[in-house]
Amino acid sequence: MAKYILKRVAFSFITLLIIASITFFLMKLMPGTPFTAQEKLTEVQIEILNEKYNLNDPVPVQYAKYIGNMLKGDLGVSFQFDNRNVTDLILDRIGPSAHLGLQTLIFGAIAGIIFGVIAALKQNTMWDYGSTFLAVLGKSIPNFVFAGMLQYFIGVKLGWFPVAFWEGPSYTVMPTIANAMFTLAVAARFMRTEMIEVLSSDYIVTAKAKGLSSAVVTIKHGLRNGLIPLVTVLGPLAAGLLTGSLVIERIFAIPGLGEQFVRSITTNDFPMIMGITLFYSVFLIFVILLVDILYGIIDPRIRLAGGNK
Amino acid sequence: MEKILEVKNMHVSFDTFGGEVQAVRGVDFDLNKGETLAIVGESGSGKSVTSKTIMRLIPTPPGRIKEGEILFGGKDLAKLSEKEMQKIRGKDISMIFQDPMTSLNPTMKVGKQIMEGLIKHQKLSSSAAKERAIELLGLVGIPQPEVRINQFPHQFSGGMRQRVVIAIALACNPKILLADEPTTALDVTIQAQIIELMKDLQKKMNTSIIFITHDLGVVANVADRVAVMYGGKIVEIGTVDEIFYNPQHPYTWGLLSSMPSLDAKEDELFAIPGSPPDLINPPKGDAFAVRNQFALKIDLEKEPPMFKVSNTHYAATWLLHENAPKVEPPPYIKRLKETKQLSKSGAKASDHK
Repeated sequence: MAKYILKRVAFSFITLLIIASITFFLMKLMPGTPFTAQEKLTEVQIEILNEKYNLNDPVPVQYAKYIGNMLKGDLGVSFQFDNRNVTDLILDRIGPSAHLGLQTLIFGAIAGIIFGVIAALKQNTMWDYGSTFLAVLGKSIPNFVFAGMLQYFIGVKLGWFPVAFWEGPSYTVMPTIANAMFTLAVAARFMRTEMIEVLSSDYIVTAKAKGLSSAVVTIKHGLRNGLIPLVTVLGPLAAGLLTGSLVIERIFAIPGLGEQFVRSITTNDFPMIMGITLFYSVFLIFVILLVDILYGIIDPRIRLAGGNK
Repeated sequence: MEKILEVKNMHVSFDTFGGEVQAVRGVDFDLNKGETLAIVGESGSGKSVTSKTIMRLIPTPPGRIKEGEILFGGKDLAKLSEKEMQKIRGKDISMIFQDPMTSLNPTMKVGKQIMEGLIKHQKLSSSAAKERAIELLGLVGIPQPEVRINQFPHQFSGGMRQRVVIAIALACNPKILLADEPTTALDVTIQAQIIELMKDLQKKMNTSIIFITHDLGVVANVADRVAVMYGGKIVEIGTVDEIFYNPQHPYTWGLLSSMPSLDAKEDELFAIPGSPPDLINPPKGDAFAVRNQFALKIDLEKEPPMFKVSNTHYAATWLLHENAPKVEPPPYIKRLKETKQLSKSGAKASDHK
């Protein structure tokens, strides 16, 4: 198992390097420089700034310098945010984003699993149709619409939770719900299909033939087998949460990484764009690795295939 | 002989979009203590539904027991609640399934799968159940049971998995074992081993077995009595010798004649012409009549009752009526009667062991 993880981590570095390279060159193709927006600057001043930040070097040289620094762990200095170190800026902002993302993933997955299992157990009843309806809503309505509706009805009309900002647990409730709708819908649909298939399989009949109660049969024999494919889609779902939170952070005025990312793109803040892209990539690669390891824990057949080699 | 199970006039239907499928249409039989009753018949004859109904494992809806009684230990299983039935399943009556590749939970260690029933029915502690599970694995002939108990089903071969399934079924010393085509999915050498194992365990535990199969070779090897099912009914029932060497029903003749043979001279394999009856609109009269070359006029109009051939042998065919014309059975059946020897390969292969 350790060998397998090590191998995966090594491959992850290669992936990261490729992502960094592609992002770097694509970014250089974007029109403008970080300093054209500031109309007060004279051409001489811009020239001095370009010189200072090595922006006059040929692109391959800039690339080599960046990758060199990156490998040393230095992501450079932001052009926009008071010349602060990119790493520090990211670490400052990551708290709320990670909190929201994780909370969303956990809430969405668990609620989705529960809805899906209920729908499967009560197939073709009102429960099933209700859960399907909810899933269709969650999949088809964008999360910013949910966010607006929650803000208006629950935040303003009912006044149960604060409408915006990020100052305590109660502030996290509405952004989490709005953000989790898609995850919830996907998990619920997936779980329903899986559970229906699992519950009609032969080993469920075997379990019933032992005289076990239907609750034990469903949970001990059904759920674990039904979860296996869901774990596979959790990776892409986690990715969906990251991009989703860009919008949600804006709407709820959450001081997170997504908001900063959007701003750095509009201002051509090269080191910031690179830094956040790399950070997202590391996170995604980590989540996918985690999913693969989880997969092995849940499904013993996978464990053997990965572990013995 | 002591009767352990009595099935009386059992009707089972499935409500489908096409209409009510009458899968079992009035089945009567008894099971004696310690005996093996084989139920044979082609696909769709209702043999599997019969066994699943006794276990009350038919999905409801769409399935339902329309009428009839399943008497076991003074109770009518057809009328028990799900809760009461759970106390009987796995403890007094248990079941072995057809396909060992799919009938074990792939994500649970086999030991745990055996222990579940023990913990539930015999109230054993986890460690005591584990000890018993190891003992059971040894009993069904799995080497190194104390190692194998911690393995997952995918680490076992098909035959070994079927042994595990048998261990699960026998865990609580059931009085009745329902074996639903337990050897169909296995290759022939493993089939023989599993059958030997079941016979052996039956002797040790004095369990009654209902053995469902369409392999007549297996029947000849394991059964004490045989019930032949067709179109949701038992058309002939008797001891294994009576069914094989003195069959009365034309369907039984057809079944016996269609066994593949290694030493027969004819090149062609005999097949019963036609197809099984439509159980949404079951035919009037004898369901087999339209495929039966010996059919009488009355077969198309009135259902034959069970005619007594001997104290243990009954058959539902008008040919046994005193006014019926004398009909000569097909030559192969006549030869069986005379030689009292199954010259068919299936029986030979399993007799070999």
